[in-house]
Amino acid sequence: MDWAALRVSLWLGAGTIAILLPLGVWFGRLLAVREFNGKLLVEALVTVPLVLPPTVLGFYLLVTFGARSPLGQVFQALIGHSLPFSFQGLLLASAIANVPFVVQPIQRGFEAIPSEVRDAAACCGLTPWQRFLRVELPLAWPGVLTASVLTFAHTLGEFGVVLMVGGNLPGQTRTLSVAIYDRMQAFDDRSAGVMAATLLAISVVTLMATTALSRRVNPHRA
Amino acid sequence: MAMAVCLLGLQGLPAAQRAPTIAAAANLNFALTEIARQFERDRGTRVEIVFGSSGTLTRQIRDGAPFEMFLAADEEFPNQLTAAGLTRDAGVVYATGRLVIFAPAGSPLVVDERLEGLSRLLQASGVTRFAIANPDVAPYGRAAEAVLRKRGLWDAIRSRLVLGDSIAQAAQFATTGNAVGGLIAYSLVKEPALAGKGKYALIAQTDHPLLRQRMVLLKAATPIVEQFYAYMQGGAARTVLIRNGYEVPQ
Repeated sequence: MDWAALRVSLWLGAGTIAILLPLGVWFGRLLAVREFNGKLLVEALVTVPLVLPPTVLGFYLLVTFGARSPLGQVFQALIGHSLPFSFQGLLLASAIANVPFVVQPIQRGFEAIPSEVRDAAACCGLTPWQRFLRVELPLAWPGVLTASVLTFAHTLGEFGVVLMVGGNLPGQTRTLSVAIYDRMQAFDDRSAGVMAATLLAISVVTLMATTALSRRVNPHRA
Repeated sequence: MAMAVCLLGLQGLPAAQRAPTIAAAANLNFALTEIARQFERDRGTRVEIVFGSSGTLTRQIRDGAPFEMFLAADEEFPNQLTAAGLTRDAGVVYATGRLVIFAPAGSPLVVDERLEGLSRLLQASGVTRFAIANPDVAPYGRAAEAVLRKRGLWDAIRSRLVLGDSIAQAAQFATTGNAVGGLIAYSLVKEPALAGKGKYALIAQTDHPLLRQRMVLLKAATPIVEQFYAYMQGGAARTVLIRNGYEVPQ
């Protein structure tokens, strides 16, 4: 069992959620309540990572931020190392790849709130912030929860883009899913098996926890 | 972009806790792991090794991967890095590798140096899948292609080839019975874990370009890695290399 890889995976999952959740709540709500020109295009762009092969994302990240690109050299000067093949680079890739997993459930969550509820809250004299925090967010909570779990689970399962952008650096960019591949190549089927079972267990438990939680949050939905 | 900036605050592990990282061609999977373990015992310091195909690792180094040393499966890939100004100097040849044809237990393939068994099996349409490493990124794959071309089997076998990302993956395909066999690194079939998993025959070195393997220190090399570079050329490492089927320079 590669504990460092497990740690990298868990940090990557948590970090991706930390970056994307505030962004997703803001943007998901915006898409749910506003109509604007080009909304169709924006929604399509948000969904693109869902259908895009991870290699496409990997290619663009390497071309944009690799040590040979101008932007890559700026980063090199700024942080002392290149963005690809570092944990930060992995986090960036993971954040981009997970945008649809965060935005869509949250958008659906806010869309499910009837506009009368919003109007009623406004009539009661609540400020927009109070309306958001005390009325809308609690109602949209199942969507936020689903977004977090999907993102976390999806990050743990990410493979192609991690290998491409992160390489396979122990303690930094070697996630559990990459470690399984690495151990297979080293004919170390035992370690690979232990780690595969770990990932399977984490995935099942995570999904069970979400179902249980969402029933508690919203008993009628069960 | 704002997102990228807020990533800057987050680090993986503090650099001080990390052992220096070395990139190595996949044919070294067992030999170098053993040498690194001995190095740790002898010198009390650890190096991390990341294995992959020489081509993939070269690409990663050019894109800024933080490796301090690179042990390749040929001379061309490290020479590219030297030409690009990414290495300390031109490095040295540390070993010459050998290629074997391997057939897993239960395979209909009969192995021999001249690939006559493979040729017969091809004619009898008995070759379902045959594993080599991807010639574009793996020097052992390029050597395998050269052997198959020399024996006039390339065109016939092309559609049957499964290409490993590295020679380790090709060996995995070949040794797990997912292919009738493969042309893989001698150093990988010498591993005790694979003993008894099949039969192999050495390929004559005159049948393909020599697998002269060069190593280079990269610009970022720290003193520990400089020590390891010297250690690789010392007696202890050479003994391990020879035991794993490599020839070492005099």
